[in-house]
Amino acid sequence: MKKDIILAGVGGQGILTIATVIGQAAISSNMNLKQAETHGMSQRGGDVQSHLRISSDEIHSDLIPLGGADIILSVEPMEALRYLPYLHEDGWLITNSTPFVNIPNYPEADELYQKIKSVKNHVLIDADKIAKDLGSARSMNIVILGAAVKTLGLTLEQVEDAIKAIFGRKGQAIVEANIKALKAGFEAAK
Amino acid sequence: MKKLLLLGDEALAQGAIDAGISGFYGYPGTPSTEIIEYVQQNKVAIEKNIHRTWASNEKTAMESAVGMSYAGKRTMATMKHVGLNVAADPFMNSAMTGANGGLLVAVADDPSMHSSQNEQDSRIFANFALIPCIEPSDQQECYDAAKHGFELSEKFKLPVLVRLVTRLSHSRSGVVQKEMINENKMKTPEDPNQFMLLPAFSRTKYNRLVPLQAELEKASEESPLNKYIDGSDKSLGIIACGLGYNYLMENVSKNNLKNPILKVSQYPLPRKYVEKIMNECDQVLVIEDGMPVVEQQLKGYVNGNTKIKGRLDGSLPRVGELNPNHVAKALNLADIHGQVIPDVVAGRPPALCVGCPHADTFKALKEAIKDETNARVFGDIGCYTLGFMPPYKAINTTLDMGASITMAKGASEAGLFPAIATIGDSTFFHSGMTGLMDCIYDKSNVVIVILDNSTTGMTGGQEYTGHGRIEAVCKGLGVEADHIRVITPLPKQHEENIKVFQEEMAYEGVSVIIPRRECVQTLKKKLKSRR
Repeated sequence: MKKDIILAGVGGQGILTIATVIGQAAISSNMNLKQAETHGMSQRGGDVQSHLRISSDEIHSDLIPLGGADIILSVEPMEALRYLPYLHEDGWLITNSTPFVNIPNYPEADELYQKIKSVKNHVLIDADKIAKDLGSARSMNIVILGAAVKTLGLTLEQVEDAIKAIFGRKGQAIVEANIKALKAGFEAAK
Repeated sequence: MKKLLLLGDEALAQGAIDAGISGFYGYPGTPSTEIIEYVQQNKVAIEKNIHRTWASNEKTAMESAVGMSYAGKRTMATMKHVGLNVAADPFMNSAMTGANGGLLVAVADDPSMHSSQNEQDSRIFANFALIPCIEPSDQQECYDAAKHGFELSEKFKLPVLVRLVTRLSHSRSGVVQKEMINENKMKTPEDPNQFMLLPAFSRTKYNRLVPLQAELEKASEESPLNKYIDGSDKSLGIIACGLGYNYLMENVSKNNLKNPILKVSQYPLPRKYVEKIMNECDQVLVIEDGMPVVEQQLKGYVNGNTKIKGRLDGSLPRVGELNPNHVAKALNLADIHGQVIPDVVAGRPPALCVGCPHADTFKALKEAIKDETNARVFGDIGCYTLGFMPPYKAINTTLDMGASITMAKGASEAGLFPAIATIGDSTFFHSGMTGLMDCIYDKSNVVIVILDNSTTGMTGGQEYTGHGRIEAVCKGLGVEADHIRVITPLPKQHEENIKVFQEEMAYEGVSVIIPRRECVQTLKKKLKSRR
């Protein structure tokens, strides 16, 4: 089994947390993993990406080849499209629909949605709204993770265990909020 | 043994801790920062009190590391590639003094300039200094590089450069941890003149260093980091350096290629293997992340050598970091792409954070100089370099750490008025103080704005040596007390701050204005940890 995942978003939106949770789930089922991140200047309100590769075989490159990604997992609709050159023709585009507008020339959201829907395999959900309705706006990133669980080839239980392992230190309330968000994302993607 | 999930930077740090290091010295710089950040949070390092606080700059860090090596202990200086320029003086000369305790210089290069001003390749520096260089290809090799590097350093009594690149420094993978070695005992050099570089001694040392190269080549041939993989397709041999090896193997495993491969992760080049691949194959492709260092070495000066392929003949792009697709193309494999980026996708450049104190400083400064069409603002290295971007468009130049002050000085001496420098607090203590001395000495007509956000912000909020001492230092260096002005960069202070800028521009001499308000990111972190 092999999954190459491009995580996309804007600095501060929490894509590294998604990477950490998937990484934890992969490691605890004895998979190999490589994950390249963006640090430094580009993090400041700019576009950020992470290349996450999990595989039962040896992984060579830290970067996913163009046209090789099984999944683009994005917490922002325009950022989802930025990495299309990486997506395999049978790959999945899974993205939040709420725009993060911090530039003056941000396009019309509908234009973005049209493009997203033109991708053969796509999931477009309003993760911001789902998280807000659950009363934990900050767990938007975990909602998106939930939407990807099936495509990732993981089970809900595996990801829940990873969330417990990672958020455990922060207390039971945070763990539960995140598991709720995960399940809501999972349902929304069905 | 336990498997840890570590960034390349962290793996190197953990490897050094386990290999008995006694002190890390460095200044933050992307992508090297996480080496020391990791050590600062590492329980064992804290327990053993391994030195791990930040230095004022890369030069002081390098010199401290040489001092620790002098005293017999294992040590590492850490920096980004352009930081090595700052540390170049002690670095080059440390090849002459050599090492006593194992001395590693960990330098993280940034091909493609994700967070840098240039894409210089530190392997050239190692070659320049005539010292060994280790270039790990993955996180495990980062970990192993520490112990191997210390042994190499102590065996040959030379510093060893460990070269990382962004995609390794900032990529995470599983690392197998090995048994911890004890620290060295303190022991000064057996030869009391080893670290004495009077010219007469230097000549002797150089006469040791140059012939030593043959032995270093032999060590590279025997190194576990280098290997020759035989292959039946001799039409093309491949020399893959550092991270380039991974991009190669990505393609080799997918396409079942049978070319002979020389993996290089330790320099000087393993001569025996290079000769073997050159003799055995019709052509040789060199894959290296960064500059065409090995390719140039093999190709020599005269063009027309078509046997060697790589970045110089266009087989690979001349600039920028490599990726698996570049390598696929160089191997004549299919270059697969997904869909193109739709036109509707707009660029999203980095920007100052919402609520950033620098934003208020730039707004006031812009307003203060709006009628001064000749005013120029000399910038520096840090988050505030983003003051160049709209909506601020407040600075005109960026050269290197500290250059804001000295460039403003030079320009003012050419007749430019008003000449204004903007420099961060950490950068001021890194390289700004000496420039300020020059201004005082020459009574230059400059306004120096020291943006004090109480942290080294760009690299994620590290502490710095001069914290809390800006006014005292400026005063001590000779700035008149009346012309050291502290302001608070907040929208409600806007009018007042404009007035301060204008008053100090009107003063003929050295003025220092200190806009002081904490970085919103470090403030957020602090509040979070208090909760």
